[in-house]
Amino acid sequence: MSVAAVIEAPTRRQKRVLPGFGLTMGLTLTYVGIIVLLPVIALVLKGAEIGPLRFWEIVTAPRTLAALRLTITAAALATAFNALYGLLMAWVLVRYRFPGRRLLDAMMDIPFALPTAVAGLALTALFSENGWYGAILAPAGISVVYTIWGVAIAMAFTSIPFVVRTVQPILEDLDASQEEAARTLGATPFQIFSRVIFPAILPAYLIGTTIAFARSLGEFGAVIFIAGNLPMKTEVASLLAVIRLEEYDYNGAAAIALTLVAIALVLLALSNWLQAQLTRRRVPA
Amino acid sequence: MTLAISHLARRFGATQVLRGIDLQVRQGELIALLGPSGSGKTTLLRIIAGLDWPDAGALSFDGSDWLAKSAAERRIGFVFQHYALFPHMTVRDNIAFGLSVLPRADRPGKAQIAATVDRLLAFLQIGGLADRYPAELSGGQRQRVALGRAMAIEPRVLLLDEPFGALDAQVRRDLRRWLRGVHDSTGTTTVFVTHDQEEAFELADRVVVMNGGVIEQIGKPDEIYDHPATPFVARFLGLTVELPVTMRAGRAHAAGLDLTVLPRRAIPDGPATLFLRPADILPVPDPEAPFRVTEMATTGALLRIVAEDDTGCRIESEVPRRDGRDLRQGQPVGLRAVAGQIFPGSGQQPAQPIHTPKTLKEARP
Ligand SMILES: Nc1ncnc2c1ncn2[C@@H]1O[C@H](COP(=O)(O)OP(=O)(O)O)[C@@H](O)[C@H]1O
Ligand SMILES: [Mg+2]
Repeated sequence: MSVAAVIEAPTRRQKRVLPGFGLTMGLTLTYVGIIVLLPVIALVLKGAEIGPLRFWEIVTAPRTLAALRLTITAAALATAFNALYGLLMAWVLVRYRFPGRRLLDAMMDIPFALPTAVAGLALTALFSENGWYGAILAPAGISVVYTIWGVAIAMAFTSIPFVVRTVQPILEDLDASQEEAARTLGATPFQIFSRVIFPAILPAYLIGTTIAFARSLGEFGAVIFIAGNLPMKTEVASLLAVIRLEEYDYNGAAAIALTLVAIALVLLALSNWLQAQLTRRRVPA
Repeated sequence: MTLAISHLARRFGATQVLRGIDLQVRQGELIALLGPSGSGKTTLLRIIAGLDWPDAGALSFDGSDWLAKSAAERRIGFVFQHYALFPHMTVRDNIAFGLSVLPRADRPGKAQIAATVDRLLAFLQIGGLADRYPAELSGGQRQRVALGRAMAIEPRVLLLDEPFGALDAQVRRDLRRWLRGVHDSTGTTTVFVTHDQEEAFELADRVVVMNGGVIEQIGKPDEIYDHPATPFVARFLGLTVELPVTMRAGRAHAAGLDLTVLPRRAIPDGPATLFLRPADILPVPDPEAPFRVTEMATTGALLRIVAEDDTGCRIESEVPRRDGRDLRQGQPVGLRAVAGQIFPGSGQQPAQPIHTPKTLKEARP
């Protein structure tokens, strides 16, 4: 019995908008299965193979812990920055008309389009002691390259579009008359933002920042050039997983990868649940 | 006199949307802005609200210049065409919004706000909906909530843009009566926009007929209905039959038409145009008359009769079925006008009855 048949069975057959529901649904699920689910399952199986004790040993090894701590802290820094800056960026792109707006809008896709390794190289060059930014920061005693700040900057660079591109369409579609209603009711600009606009974009904003965080956790290409990769100091988790692979320590690699995936999935599930709570009664049943 | 509008003009790019609006709204009045879509009604309402500013003209309330004040400072209640309720707030929070954003010093306590909201909910007959979200309400219920939200701040003037535009006919009629009741018991000066003449006439103390950014006529519903001031108003109010007549000593004359009932008018001798409602034309059998009955159809209570003469002039009338008993297809008839409006000059399309639906459709060039 096909998957589609299982789904349709409980309800009486009704006309569907999409013709060939069985076919399209089948294809979609097959795709999700092969491309998305199977690798994750393989990873989980690999993890299970290791056994809980060994798994715990790998994950709590000082070098792994240090890498995870660095990765999570840097991702949190990057996400905090992107949460603020991405919102501001979306706001500016939607609410103001200025020369170069379209260009700025297009530039928001560069982190998506650029090979992340290229981005990493460019950032390293900029922030190294004789780079454009590095030269300014160095005299102030701030070094970015080969520190957690470098990692965070690389992560912020690659994940900013997730925030901008999730918030932007919602902001664009906001009903202007709601703001005008708030204005006639005496709300100040700050009250209009905090009580009318922000709640409207919050569900999308939440998802956008969570995806940005998840993406930062796994970021590899952009990070490795700027991070310095010193074990216990500036080594990110994804790099450590690769190092384990190169050492033919498949168990070690799988355990680290699984930990990253688990953190990301739990966060995504949480923010999806929150979003559902927020929007539950906003849309007509 | 409370709200005074003078010489108000507003242009968007190349389109002159308001071309010199003069209007005085008295304390406690219920005014309808009536006109076809695109005539500038919403623009005028938004300027009164402080959501838009005119290019020229003045707007004052009880002597204070409102153009120098923000929307919030004017303290008006605005009900938007599509309600614009806050979707993430319950009905209660929507209605409380205006009170909850007051500066701390003026803001009533939580309990007091809740009491005000409860009173409004009961008054607007939506007590059971307090904890619902806008998405969980019907159109008519949303309309009531939107009005409640606007009334919570005790506005000096209540402004409503097509308050019943998005509702079906039955709900429309119910809400219309309900709004009149609300107005009568609060006495709040109210201006509402509509393109439905029935709505304007049933609800308003005075009707302001707008067209192309100018006011064509201001008056009580009866005055406007009986004495449309311009050809536009006449057509808009269903005087859809236009006939060329000749004025002699204040009386209109035309072959085959009995116009003796029409009062003498101070219109110079010469060509003029007579505007009639189909219901105000009575075909009378008359072997001498140039008209012949060419079509007869019953609509139930009424008989729709079309009479034509040799020149192709075609006139439609509507009479109670009883009065049409003696009429037969092909019979020669004279036409007696029971009431009508005469404007000097020949109309653009004389002798061609122009059919204007009672409610002008939104799509208007
Ligand atoms: N913000 C705006 N920018 C450009 N044109 C506008 C704007 N608002 C209204 N108009 C134009 O002004 C005219 C009158 O609009 P409106 O006041 O909404 O009329 P109504 O409410 O009587 O239908 C329309 O032709 C409309 O296209
Ligand atoms: Mg309008």
